Amino acid sequence: MPQTNEIADVIIDMIGALPQAKRGVTPETNIVRDLGLDSLAVMNFVMTLEDRFDVSIPMDRLVGIETVADLAATLSNLMGAERA
Amino acid sequence: MTILDKFKPLQAAYETVRAAGKDPFSVRFDEVLSPSEAVMNGRRTILLGTNNYLGLTFDRAAIEAAADAVRRAGTGTTGSRIANGTYGGHADLERRLADFYGCSSAMVFSTGYQANLGILSTVAGRGDHILIDADSHASIYDGCRLGQAEVIRFRHNDPDDLARRLRRLKDTPGNRLIVVEGIYSMLGDTAPLAEIAEVKREWGAHLLVDEAHSLGVLGDHGRGLVEEAGIEDDVDFIVGTFSKSLGAVGGFCVSNLPDFDILRIACRPYMFTASLPPAVIASVIRSLGRVEEEPGLRRKLQDNASRLYHTLKDAGFQLGPRTSPIVSIRMPSITVAITFWNALLDAGVYLNLALPPATPDNASLLRSSVSAAHSPAQLDAAAEAIIRIGRSLDVIPETRCLEMAVR
Ligand SMILES: Cc1ncc(COP(=O)(O)O)c(C=O)c1O
Repeated sequence: MPQTNEIADVIIDMIGALPQAKRGVTPETNIVRDLGLDSLAVMNFVMTLEDRFDVSIPMDRLVGIETVADLAATLSNLMGAERA
Repeated sequence: MTILDKFKPLQAAYETVRAAGKDPFSVRFDEVLSPSEAVMNGRRTILLGTNNYLGLTFDRAAIEAAADAVRRAGTGTTGSRIANGTYGGHADLERRLADFYGCSSAMVFSTGYQANLGILSTVAGRGDHILIDADSHASIYDGCRLGQAEVIRFRHNDPDDLARRLRRLKDTPGNRLIVVEGIYSMLGDTAPLAEIAEVKREWGAHLLVDEAHSLGVLGDHGRGLVEEAGIEDDVDFIVGTFSKSLGAVGGFCVSNLPDFDILRIACRPYMFTASLPPAVIASVIRSLGRVEEEPGLRRKLQDNASRLYHTLKDAGFQLGPRTSPIVSIRMPSITVAITFWNALLDAGVYLNLALPPATPDNASLLRSSVSAAHSPAQLDAAAEAIIRIGRSLDVIPETRCLEMAVR
């Protein structure tokens, strides 16, 4: 199972592939405020994450996620739970 | 600082749209003359964006039935069915809806929005999973948020993607509910229901189809996409609305599940809001009767839809994938969409301006909805205005060579 920081690296790479891509994304980058993604763009990005990590991220888990690191932690949690 | 400061960005976006001309979010009809015509800004205007698919808002018998009901039973029910009781009309309409769909049970809600809110938030509970099409209507998203189930989106109209997401849940306990729409309201495309039903069977899920835009529109008997696709035995819940083809207001859910009626005392958006007034119920019963008795209405609608769709397609516009009463024209940008929409209103044609993020792939759309009540002349006049403005705004090419040939 990948570590949270490895997941964060993958997320940062994937953000780089978005049409709204910005440089200098770090684990502390705020997904909505700093990247200018609206809620729909976030949900669509989450779909690609689900496919990349082969895991389901229910919509209610997105509440409270602000930074790339939050997102990585949530993914790590979900993947841990799945294999536990 | 006020509690409304959080809306500053929205306010700014709204101002931009308004600055370009008329306010698309508070269009005003001076007078509505018929299902297909109104007076706006003192001008007779063709209504091409009202979801009035069968043109039943002025059905004479429906109007008489509503007038009679209001005289007999009063203007309102002043409360919900569980607190204030059921009127004969409510029970009658539920019976008729169940019969129409060949289902054992039907529940009437005060709007279609509330029907989705109620059914989704109640039938799927904690530990269950709802899988919704990514392009679902706001009422589906909101119904999911109101409940306790976990919600997963799948890619629009993609049964393989749905299957992949169900597979990921393989070892997770709980029920699965798949939610799709008959006709999607933004582009007029339909769900691949036969394939979705197959996925549903394979994974032992339940299936809900929202036929808001397809009731009375699709299927040999007007029972929607479920009928057209021949998957009536695979659907667990059909949700719909009285606010479009039936020309009134209200929503419903029909089902064959044996204990469906328990929802009447469990479903909060059903329990804690006033029931529909007698006049509405009476007109809906009448309009449903017309859907059953007059397949000709549906044929007229399909002919009209096809007329507008092909005229615009031939002129070079980018439209949705199939002929449908919803004809959506893709605009190259938000600015052009707003200018185009204003020019059409000035030319006496009203349709809907649909902007991101309410649209699929953040498209800017001019969305029209065709009605059986449109005359060919109205549709041609509307198409002519759309084509003329489309050329002047460079949305479609000028047909210069043609013009020169004529000269
Ligand atoms: C797909 C869909 N479901 C539900 C609704 C809600 O219907 P109503 O207008 O009855 O609340 C609509 C209409 O806006 C819709 O497009």
